[in-house]
Amino acid sequence: MGKFFEKFPDPLARLIVVAVAMIALGVFAYLVLLPKPVKDIEIQRADAVKREKAKPVKYAGFHACAECHDKLYETKKKGYHRDLSCETCHGPAKAHTEDPDKVKPTIPTARAFCPQCHAYNPSRPRGFPQINPVAHNPLKPCTSCHNPHDPKPPTTPKECSACHGEIARMKAVSHHVQLECTVCHEAPQQHKVSPRSVKPSKPQTREFCGKCHAKDARNAAKGGKGGKGGKESLAANAPKIDMAEHGEKYVCWQCHYPHSPEVEQ
Amino acid sequence: MNGRRSFLRGFLSVLLSGGTVGGILKILPSKADAREAPPKGKKWYGFGVSIDKCIGCARCMDACKNENNVPREPFFVRTWVERYITRKNGQTTVKAIAPGDEATSESVSDKTILRSFFVPKLCNQCASPACVQVCPVGATFQTEDGVVLVNEKTCIGCRYCIQACPYGARYLHPKTHTADKCTFCYHRISQGQLPACVEVCPTQTRIFGDLNAAASPMSRFLRMNKIHTLKPGLNTEPKVFYANLDGEVR
Repeated sequence: MGKFFEKFPDPLARLIVVAVAMIALGVFAYLVLLPKPVKDIEIQRADAVKREKAKPVKYAGFHACAECHDKLYETKKKGYHRDLSCETCHGPAKAHTEDPDKVKPTIPTARAFCPQCHAYNPSRPRGFPQINPVAHNPLKPCTSCHNPHDPKPPTTPKECSACHGEIARMKAVSHHVQLECTVCHEAPQQHKVSPRSVKPSKPQTREFCGKCHAKDARNAAKGGKGGKGGKESLAANAPKIDMAEHGEKYVCWQCHYPHSPEVEQ
Repeated sequence: MNGRRSFLRGFLSVLLSGGTVGGILKILPSKADAREAPPKGKKWYGFGVSIDKCIGCARCMDACKNENNVPREPFFVRTWVERYITRKNGQTTVKAIAPGDEATSESVSDKTILRSFFVPKLCNQCASPACVQVCPVGATFQTEDGVVLVNEKTCIGCRYCIQACPYGARYLHPKTHTADKCTFCYHRISQGQLPACVEVCPTQTRIFGDLNAAASPMSRFLRMNKIHTLKPGLNTEPKVFYANLDGEVR
């Protein structure tokens, strides 16, 4: 060993000794001193997954509420809010399930709460029940007329606009403003209970629109059903087309939107 | 002497080339494996969103903040809802909604609006995630059930993953100064519960489940709808599937 170092000048030999010692120290520190979790990324990840799993749950889930509040649950199950989780409105309730007396979930009573879902917004899907919060019984709390667990309207709406506000508002400023929805649609009673499974009828033929808009419509309207004077004059004043020549290949609503018929000059 | 040299040379070249070939063979199938669906019998979580059911009530955003201790400020979100308004001139505006937003001026029946809808968004939990690839310390990773998580103990808060995510799904948590993102509520789903946003969604816009399950709301959703993912051209292979997605949505 001494002979090996004699080959180098003295300072270099010392440096070699120091370097070897440092490398040895480094290897020792890595192998012995560093704990395994610091070195092994798999252990770190398993640890992270464990920590993630241990995070507290705050929403108890829809099964938990039914255990005690079975009556409300049964009521809700039959109403329009059947698909809503209790915690959608009442907030996270895991703490309440663990200590029912101390921790109470919130009961939203403010008038601003329900319009979060039910205020009119044209981006909302058609047919979703929407109201104008400014005009709809101002300052009255929603719960004074509606039971949120079985949200029937206080009286079954005769007006289709209760749900189809978007269409009603559109029709109100269109040339079809004087036509009732029932002139063109037949809504079965069941539609008001299960709006999506039982749908109202829609006109199927060109001749339906032709009752008012065909060239000889005035006579047809007289002969047809509902021969009231008002309707007659409506039909008489409607723009007329020649059914034989005008877009014969298509049904009317493939080009025209009946709720807001465009006016071409 | 010559014999030994040539033997050594030959031995070394065989060793090296064998090593190279072996290395290539080892790399190739492992990459192919990563792209395949996970083995049957294992969980592989996915998420479904029906665009035409979303009413933009922001209950999901609220529930997510409650469940996951996300800061209340509106710009820290794990899930959010965008409102798309396409006008008749073809112009599209996108704005993330905030809980308790008053209806804006454009919500009054505006004749220039062609169509308008809400798009809920969250981390896509990509099968080949860009964020995992770029993390310099390996703090973000994919669990064996396909959820991308962040190890907040090793995350150094360099924001590289936030930059890399094509969906803008990550944010820097102002308290911990680490990257944070949707975990599909990993603590809930590992107990068999639904993610908080799915739990509270009043219209069943959000659907969650195991993509390997034979019969579940999730598999039915995938079977019955025409499915899109966001930015499919990036090959991130998102596991958040959208039904009836408009072409304007990115």
